[in-house]
Amino acid sequence: MRTWFPYPLLSVGLLIIWMLLNQSVAPGTIVMGTILGIALGWVTLKLTPARSHPRRILRTLRFSASVFLDVIRSNIAVALVILRVGRRAPNSGFLTVDIDIEDENALALLACIMTATPGTAWLEYDRGRKSLLFHVLDMENEEVWIRTVKRYEAGLKEMFA
Amino acid sequence: MSHLTDLPTWAAFVVCGLVLLGAAIALIGSVGLLRLPDFYTRLHAPTLATSGGVILICTASMVCFAVLQNRWVFHEVLIVVFVIMTTPVTLMLLGQAALYRDRVEERRGVPLKQKPLREEISEDTEE
Repeated sequence: MRTWFPYPLLSVGLLIIWMLLNQSVAPGTIVMGTILGIALGWVTLKLTPARSHPRRILRTLRFSASVFLDVIRSNIAVALVILRVGRRAPNSGFLTVDIDIEDENALALLACIMTATPGTAWLEYDRGRKSLLFHVLDMENEEVWIRTVKRYEAGLKEMFA
Repeated sequence: MSHLTDLPTWAAFVVCGLVLLGAAIALIGSVGLLRLPDFYTRLHAPTLATSGGVILICTASMVCFAVLQNRWVFHEVLIVVFVIMTTPVTLMLLGQAALYRDRVEERRGVPLKQKPLREEISEDTEE
């Protein structure tokens, strides 16, 4: 099984992308997408990406819902900060959080989440110390930001445990 | 553009609202790029466009063409996914470049590079 489908999730993902791009569920599209998915899975084998096993679909859905809410909330918050910048300089600053995630893909996902929520910018992750340096636009409450990142960390750990 | 007039009124309102809101958010992001005081705060402004702006405008596009062509349209999701997946790369590159510059220039208020732990040094040099 592993020799034929080295990265099953990737192959399925490529098939879905192919179907979305062609906007059809015709048998021909599915066959072509499957061939592409399997072939590109073999190609990816040569790149030896970090393998991870996401689990617990239900938890994942709940986690992405909470992330989505955070994205909306932080969009509004950052928009307000920018509109008020003439009257009140943003109280921005650097924060460091210890993040104990080994999985490379989980780290990449964390980076995507933190970039997608405006107001936090990922700057540097120190693998040795397992600490993340990030910049916060509006640091009203340091504790809240650190708790938010910790919550993401816990969610990702559950997903990739 | 002419067949856009076929859009029913309710859909036109929804699409209009989404597009205007998305464009407003993208505009606010660009204004922020202009008005925020220093490089690190300016890093945050464009992410408004890449998250809120892209999501809203793509949703508007999905609703518009789904109603017009009377079928489900989902391929705009790919735009959102790829934009969200690729922005961290640029953002980290810019952020790290700024950090590096500020550390070399020994500017104040910039966190210093932490010394690597002793047992990690051998691993780091191998990479």
